[in-house]
Amino acid sequence: MSLSVPSIESAKVEALIAITNASSLELLKEVKIAHMGDRSPISKANQQLGTLSVQERAAFGKIIGQAKNIVAAAFENRQLELEVERDARVLIEERVDVSVPARRTLQGGLHPLTILTNEICDLFLGMGYRVAEGPELEADWLNFDALNIPADHPARTMQDTFFIEPLDSHLVLRTHTSPVQVRTMLEQEPPIYVICPGRTYRADELDATHTPVFSQVEGLVIDKGITMADLKGTLDHFARSIFGDDVKTRLRSSFFPFTEPSAEVDFFFNGRWIEWGGCGMVNPKVLVACGIDPEIYSGFAFGMGLERTLMVRHGISDMHDIVEGDMRFSQIFGTGVK
Amino acid sequence: MKAPLSWLREYVEIPNGLAPSEIEEAFVSVGFEVDEILIQGEEISGPLVVGKVVSIEKVEGQKKEIRYVGLDCAEGEIRYVICGATNFVVGDLVVVSLPGAILPGGFQIAARTTYGHLSNGMICSSREIGLSEEHAGIIVLPQGVPGEDAIKLLEINDVVFDVAVNPDRGYALSIRGLARELASALKVPYKDPAHDVDPSGFPINGAGIQVSIDSQDAARVIYIRTLSDFLPATPIPLWIRRRIEKCGMRSISLAVDITNYVMLELGQPLHAFDSEKIIGSLHIRRAEQDKEFITLDGQMRKLLPENLVVADDDQVLALAGTMGGLDSEVSPSTTSLAIEAACFDPMSVAQNARFHRIPSEASRRFERSVDPTLAAVASARACQLLVKFGGAKYVGSATDGSVASTAKIVFSPAFASQLLGIELSHETVRNHLKTVGCAVQALPVADVEEGLFVEWAVTPPTWRSDLLTPTDLVEEVGRLVGLNSIPGTLPLGRAAAVLTPLQNRKRGVAHYLANLGFSEVYNYPFVSQEMVNNLGFSGARAASFKLANPMSDQAPLLRTHLLPGLLETTRRNLNRGAKDCAIFEIGSVFRDVTKLTYVGVVPTDTRPSKEIIADIYASVPAQPLFVGGVVSGSLDRRGWWGKGRAFDWSDAINTALSVIELTGNRGVIVQSDLAPWHPGRCAEIQVNGKAVAHAGELHPKVLEVLGLPERSCAFAVILSELPFASNKIAKPILTMPAATQDVSLVVADSVPASKVEVSLRSGAGPLLESIVLFDRYQDLGAGKISLAFTLTFRAPDRTLTADEVSGYRQSAVDAVIAECGASLRV
Repeated sequence: MSLSVPSIESAKVEALIAITNASSLELLKEVKIAHMGDRSPISKANQQLGTLSVQERAAFGKIIGQAKNIVAAAFENRQLELEVERDARVLIEERVDVSVPARRTLQGGLHPLTILTNEICDLFLGMGYRVAEGPELEADWLNFDALNIPADHPARTMQDTFFIEPLDSHLVLRTHTSPVQVRTMLEQEPPIYVICPGRTYRADELDATHTPVFSQVEGLVIDKGITMADLKGTLDHFARSIFGDDVKTRLRSSFFPFTEPSAEVDFFFNGRWIEWGGCGMVNPKVLVACGIDPEIYSGFAFGMGLERTLMVRHGISDMHDIVEGDMRFSQIFGTGVK
Repeated sequence: MKAPLSWLREYVEIPNGLAPSEIEEAFVSVGFEVDEILIQGEEISGPLVVGKVVSIEKVEGQKKEIRYVGLDCAEGEIRYVICGATNFVVGDLVVVSLPGAILPGGFQIAARTTYGHLSNGMICSSREIGLSEEHAGIIVLPQGVPGEDAIKLLEINDVVFDVAVNPDRGYALSIRGLARELASALKVPYKDPAHDVDPSGFPINGAGIQVSIDSQDAARVIYIRTLSDFLPATPIPLWIRRRIEKCGMRSISLAVDITNYVMLELGQPLHAFDSEKIIGSLHIRRAEQDKEFITLDGQMRKLLPENLVVADDDQVLALAGTMGGLDSEVSPSTTSLAIEAACFDPMSVAQNARFHRIPSEASRRFERSVDPTLAAVASARACQLLVKFGGAKYVGSATDGSVASTAKIVFSPAFASQLLGIELSHETVRNHLKTVGCAVQALPVADVEEGLFVEWAVTPPTWRSDLLTPTDLVEEVGRLVGLNSIPGTLPLGRAAAVLTPLQNRKRGVAHYLANLGFSEVYNYPFVSQEMVNNLGFSGARAASFKLANPMSDQAPLLRTHLLPGLLETTRRNLNRGAKDCAIFEIGSVFRDVTKLTYVGVVPTDTRPSKEIIADIYASVPAQPLFVGGVVSGSLDRRGWWGKGRAFDWSDAINTALSVIELTGNRGVIVQSDLAPWHPGRCAEIQVNGKAVAHAGELHPKVLEVLGLPERSCAFAVILSELPFASNKIAKPILTMPAATQDVSLVVADSVPASKVEVSLRSGAGPLLESIVLFDRYQDLGAGKISLAFTLTFRAPDRTLTADEVSGYRQSAVDAVIAECGASLRV
């Protein structure tokens, strides 16, 4: 091939056409060898430069150089284009269905009683109450006598209390968490601010709303100048934190041996009043039995059943679900993370 | 206590038009819960009329007696109905529901042909028109005119409030007491029914049955009133009978009904004796030598020497305040009556009722204490009624004991404001105390530094034996002020508190296991002896406490371990279709392993001594806190990705160990064969040389007996035994490159992997960073196994050279050869 401007131009155009037409990276690679390799027309033209005069060499050299640069630039562009195309295609080919079930391990969960207990403890911890716990198998003096429940009180009969054999062991399964309050008062000087969660026992048959083994949370405050208004305010705060800001509470006069005055506390939830628990000002007799001077200190106490609270808040209609340990029940509640 | 509105109205000026729900609210506002409001007669629509029986014709050829009855209902002609009851005769007045009437339960009355006759209505029993449960026969009316509206005559339309009465308010187990409460809640006038009775018409005159209180503290006061010429067959006035029925009691006979009526009206239980059966006089005393006696329900009662009884000169006649005796009971032929009204010791009656399991209407009232002034009044009231309606003649009265005056309470009105947290004027406090029935007398005003100090002497009413202290009076004031008028404030409180380490541990462990895939459960701690045997528990784990009164005789023991409950709950989950089950529980266990000593009676009128408190605490067994878990199947489940991986013995050990490490402790694994685990696949985990956990696969026999899948695994860790971690001190993080060396060893299969690891560790020197068993091959034969470890070394200050590292490896190998009889695997 003789060295001429048109021939160089034509080699360039052919190379550009081939690059443009290359439909894959593999074909482009062949184009590169054919039009940019050592044996390509442009390379060959370049090799012929030595046969030219100095002047011609400079002129043709420049033309060939420009042609090579244009072809190289076109090649780069096309290669990039084809690479993008390939990447896109491969990623599409590698697409999977990410909606297939992802959980490979068994779903676990805390019992909702645990979640509720933690929630209540956290609320009261923030208000300066310690969390106090005590034994479930308890001395009857701590469960009854110290709480102004004398030996012939109906609460001490076989119908309500689980007794341990022999009866002269005077051990009972605690019927409330109140013995923890007694222990606290025996162990600690006022001011006392404690919340007492725990399992409690009464000889009721298991049915949709009763269980012989249940959970309570009780609160006790003993300090100077504690009033029933403090009790009311604390219960309001407690109820709002558990049932939401709209909840209302009311007190109804009642009777408990360990409080005087005593009241039942109800809350208004989903359009009806629901019995929540008992409360009152700590009976001076209880303070005296624990060595606290009722002339100096007064206090309040309250106690709620957690199962009932749970049932109302979460729409649980049957106690069996709470006590039977079916995994599907705990799984609903997860670990209580908000 | 069931209280009919019609009866309450006699003593309370209830505003007209007040809805039952508003009356309920009034009761609730003064502390009386209303269990139920019964709108009586709501389901009945007439015509319901009085009919006079004019003819009775037996329908032949029937198995039971069926009669065709002609009735005069003042309709001009005789109405005929079929009737299956036989307790009436020609001339009796009966209640007839005419065609068109609707009875309770939507029962429509129509004329129909039955037993071959046209039955044009129905003669009603008490149950059929909702008066009571009585259905033995039809109602025979003591009064009425044929054709009269029976709905009116029987006072069917009424509202009955079933009021819950707290144990400190015995006085409210009466219309008298509830009417007083309702009047105070509605702030309307109240008339005391006890004021209507004048006992002076029945003087103490030495005639009739005499009485004495022989046992100290058995009764405060007693009245016995004797009557003669009583006509036992006299019909019971309808209004007495209806009121008794509305209060939920049964009408029995005139004498018994009158004693019950007075009890409901005033709150004083009465007992009627047939006075001819009484030998000599009556005595209130303890049973002492008398061993047994038959109550009027026909039951033979074995008496305790301390049981409080009413006896004559010869024998026991009644369990005081609880139930009368069969021998001295009023019978259909009784014409002489002795009416007993006493104020028995509440405790003694409570013991009678509990021991003999007779929770009677009387004992319910005596236990909650009865107004002592009522004994005279109520017995006189009963006499009035027996004379008026039963034709009885008064013989005489006797009494013993006295109504001691009620103690005064020194009370400062400011105390009410102080305890309730609401500002109350002296006037308000005084008015409320008076409403309750207290007498309030001002004491001389004391001059104290802050100003005038007002004190009162408050005398509670006789019916309020529960009012003993200033606090009791505050409760009354609070009740009448309305507890909901008290504002809400928050006590100042203390600085924010934190969980104890054990509480923190419980939460952390629970969250850890839940996140691993375990579901938390709370099992009942009641266990059967069979389960204890099945699990092969021995020693401390067989030392169960036993309940005296278990829910089920099958499971009277308290758990000594969490496994019994966990295994049963696992089975329940699997029976309900779960393929894989992983559950855990955190809870206390009870082991009867230390000698416990009861401290005896400890008074509560003062704080017990330090020693006594320590003794009380020591009488309660330690109750260690456990976490336990059971897994059947897989935590790593099968799915579209492939097979699941069964949770095995090593997973159980790993879980227990992880729990221990979670608490900052290091556990050492020791081979164990503790039941109910597989004797070759159970790890005991020790912390500081003390066993704190067991984990592994369960014994195949145990699984088979309990119907659980093969290879199920379990772990248990004593959370309360684990030491609490001290403050952790950080170590610098080394950043130079690490070098690894693999070592493959052959050892006897009796050598535990943990021992090989300890030897390697000791030989490898201080630059050993970690050691991992990455392969275990046991098919070498000749009792040999191969263990392969990766040792990782790192220096704090330089890159380790190859020579250095192989030197450390060699000394590790030397140590394990020397200590474990190992050889390098070639």
